[in-house]
Parts: sequence; structure tokens; C-alpha cells
Amino acid sequence: MEITFEHVTHSYNPNSPTANLGLDDVSFKIQDKKFTAIVGQTGSGKSTLVRHINALLKPTSGTITVGDRVITPETNNKNLKPLRKQVGMVFQFPESQLFEDTVEKDIMFGPMNFGASADDARESAHKMIKLVGLDESLLEQSPFDLSGGQMRRVAIAGVLASDPETIILDEPTAGLDPVGRQEIMDLFKSLQQDGKTIILITHNMDDVANYAEEMAVIHRGKLIAQGIPQEVFNNQELLKEDLLTLPKSAAFAKELTEKGFSFEKLPITINELGTEIEQQLNGD
Amino acid sequence: MGRYLPGDSLVYRLDPRGKFLLTFYFVGIVFLANNVASYAFLLAFVIFAVFLSKINFGFFLKGLKPVFWLILFTVALQLLFTPSANPLWHWGIFTFSKEGLVIAGYIFIRFILIIFISTLLTLTTTPIEISDSIESILKPLKKIKFPVTQVALMLSIALRFVPLLVDETTKIMDAQRARGVDFGEGGLIKRIKSFVPILIPLFVSSFSIAYDLAIAMESRGYKDGEGRSKYRVLSWDRRDNIMVIFMAAVTGILLFLRSY
Repeated sequence: MEITFEHVTHSYNPNSPTANLGLDDVSFKIQDKKFTAIVGQTGSGKSTLVRHINALLKPTSGTITVGDRVITPETNNKNLKPLRKQVGMVFQFPESQLFEDTVEKDIMFGPMNFGASADDARESAHKMIKLVGLDESLLEQSPFDLSGGQMRRVAIAGVLASDPETIILDEPTAGLDPVGRQEIMDLFKSLQQDGKTIILITHNMDDVANYAEEMAVIHRGKLIAQGIPQEVFNNQELLKEDLLTLPKSAAFAKELTEKGFSFEKLPITINELGTEIEQQLNGD
Repeated sequence: MGRYLPGDSLVYRLDPRGKFLLTFYFVGIVFLANNVASYAFLLAFVIFAVFLSKINFGFFLKGLKPVFWLILFTVALQLLFTPSANPLWHWGIFTFSKEGLVIAGYIFIRFILIIFISTLLTLTTTPIEISDSIESILKPLKKIKFPVTQVALMLSIALRFVPLLVDETTKIMDAQRARGVDFGEGGLIKRIKSFVPILIPLFVSSFSIAYDLAIAMESRGYKDGEGRSKYRVLSWDRRDNIMVIFMAAVTGILLFLRSY
């Protein structure tokens, strides 16, 4: 589903002395079936932005269109289930949403809420637990007996089990070890290749470079840049103002330019960097 | 009751211990009033105190909101069930009389007095000042081995946790909403059930936060707080003495009006 923001403004505690703008006149499009990364400093409004997509928050003004569903300030809380079934959301530290007495029931919770039969939900739970790289034998255990990394995977399985078309990920790998991190990110990439739309909030620019096809930069509630990562990471203005940091490969390439290398565009992934260095060394 | 409102006026500058104790004292003497004159006098006193605080009157009216139904219910009970020799109106078990009207009026004013004065305390005193006051007031109990510093610490930690738990609740509710939970939809049983997915994660995370806090305190060498110095020092001033004398005068006048 294509997701469109039109002049979306969100104010926390409007009409009070503590009012503050979470989003300030944001307009942009998130393309269908693409992997879009949203970056920005802590408190910049990334999480506020994505909470509008499944109407957990409503705009103070402006409209958001998700597929054929339009969310306006007047949208009421009734009948939001179809929207929330289509847009799955993995929150920061999603393991805090676990509550059932077995892993299986917890994964089944989402699909059942969205009207799936118990049999379908159970089937989905068995499929999802394998998808997130855990053993089926864990299904009978209590989620609170699992390790932190396993809990994270169960929580992600619980969101994926409802089979959403769009998946929003709010720093899904924060606090995971490097191997777990890569497995989870690869999983999301493969989901996208199977036709899902992925929206990833992250502070990790290497993840952006390695996985995203589109990126948006948010600063103080405003959208300040959008485009393919290759181009956004070459935006000198943003880099100079410290509104964006470079992925490791690009930062390395930048230092190489001081040693006589020259790049038409900074390579942002390790592969691009390797190819470029090889070419330039052989060319000389 | 209200939330602390940053501001500055005489009432803000008073020692929180004095404010705390005198608020309770005032709630006590409200029950001494027994006629129109004494209630009118207490009402005048409260309005004077509200005026001194320089806080918009609207914040006090907001304090009435949560207990509005309780007030209405109590007043209605008095209006309809006060027994009387010469009722104005009588129907089945209901009796409406002049006596009932007067008692209902008194009770209504009593509610207003108590709520306004306690709202005044909570609007002008930070929760941490209140917990410091409680610690200071309980100090004499140390003699009988009552763990005053621990109780004070528990109070301030509890207060510190309130905003944290509010954030945590919002977060968990959002997560469950995203998984298709509809709070406030369906019948009573369904509504109560829909809180299970919030309460369990909330308990789990409260325990883990509490555990982390305990570890952090121990690793920084926390003992029972014995001999610990204070960052916020409470000071009893001349104006606090004046407040106590003023309150004594209010009591005197009240006692006089009572027998008037």
C-alpha cells in the first residue's frame, strides 16, 4: 500500500502551556513494497510519525492516506481494526508486549484479535516461530522463561503472524548481539522481497545503507531530506550541519579522499567501497 | 486535588511541613462548623487563601471534577432521606424537607472547603516537598525504631515511578492496540479482559525496573540512609509562624461563631 502524508502536523498537549510540536507540516510518500528507512536524532519525531500510519496517533491537522484509508483529525477510534491488520508495528523493545502463558498463545493473540480462527492462528504461530529462527519446541514455554533475544523474536513473530501488508519497525534490533541483529535485518529484507512494505526507524546508518531503498531524514518534527540513501548520504549540507552521520563505509571513503582517492559519489556499503578501491588501485 | 503547578506566591513560599499539617488541621476543623455563620466564615477563609496563592480559580474547579458524582450522590441522599417531622414533600421512602435542604447545603460546602484546601496544597507543593515533609514530620518516631528514612525513600521512589509507569502503560497499550486490541469496546467482561494484556506486561516491567534500581543503588553503596545529607533543606520562617498564629485565630473565631 502506498502511504501518503499531506501537511501532517501533530501537537502534543495542544492549547496548554506545555504544548509542543511533534510533527511540523510533514508531506511525503512511502512507496509500496519498498524498504524505507526513517532516520533522525532522538526526539526528532520519527516515532510520532509512524504512529500516525496505524492511527495510534491522529494528526492535529493534515491527512494521512494508507491504501484507500484516509486518516484525518476527525477520524474516530471505531473500526480501526482493518487498518491495524494491514499495518503491523514492531515497537522499540517489543518484548514488553508479551503477556500470555505460552509463546504459542502470545503469537496467536494478534491474528485472533483480527478475526482469524484458532486453527489458522495456531498454524500461523508455527510458521512464524520458524521464520524468526526459533525452534518450534519453544511454543509450549512461557515467554517469560526465554532469553532477551528469544523474547524479541517471539514479539516480532507475534506481529508478523497477522500477516500485515506493511510492517513498521521501530529500532527492532536495539540491544541485540551483532549476529542476531543481522539475522533479524535479513529476515525483514526477505519479507520485503516477498512483497511487503517495510518502514524502518533506525539510528544505525549501516542498516540504512545495506537494506533500505528509500530514506527520510526527520529533524525537530520536520522532514528535511528524502530520497535514495546513496543520494541523501551525499547531501553535503546535512552532513555539515551534523543532521546526518555517514555509514562506516562512506566515512572510510571520505577519509580516503584525503589520501588521494576520489569518489564521484561516496560508496555507502562495504561492497561498493571494495569495488571502488579495487578499480582505483588497478587504474593507477 | 490537582497536579503541582509551577508558580510563585506567598502560599508557594510557605514551609511545606506547615502547609501539609495545617491542611490536615483545617480539614479537621471544617467538621466543627455547625451554622450558617461558621460555614460562611470558613468559606471566606478558603477564598482568601486561594486569592493569596495567585492561582487561577479554574484550577480549583478542576479539582472538583473527579469527585463531582460523589458530591452529587451525597447531596441527593441528604436531600431525599433526611427524616423530618414536617416534610415539604413525601413520596414512598423519599422525604424532602427544609432540614434536609439545610444539611445538604452544609455537606456541599464541606466538600467544597475540603477539596479546595487540599487542591491548594497539591497545586502549590511539589510531590517531593510533600514526601520531604512527611519524613521531617515522622522524625520523632525514630526513637521507637520506626524506619523513617526508609519510609521516606519508599515514598519518593513511588512518586518518581508514577510518570515512568504512565509512559510504560501508554507504550504497552499502543503495542497491544497495534495487535488489534480494542479498549473500551464490547461488553463489561470483554472490557475487563482487554486489560489483562496491559496489566501483565506492566507488572513484569515494574518488577524489572525495581530490580534494576535496587542493583544500581546497591552498587553505588546505598545503606539505610543514616547520616545522609539533604539537597533540599526545609526552612521554617517568620511567615510560617504567622501562618500558624493566623490559623489559631481562625480556630478561635470559628469556636466563637459556633456557639453564636
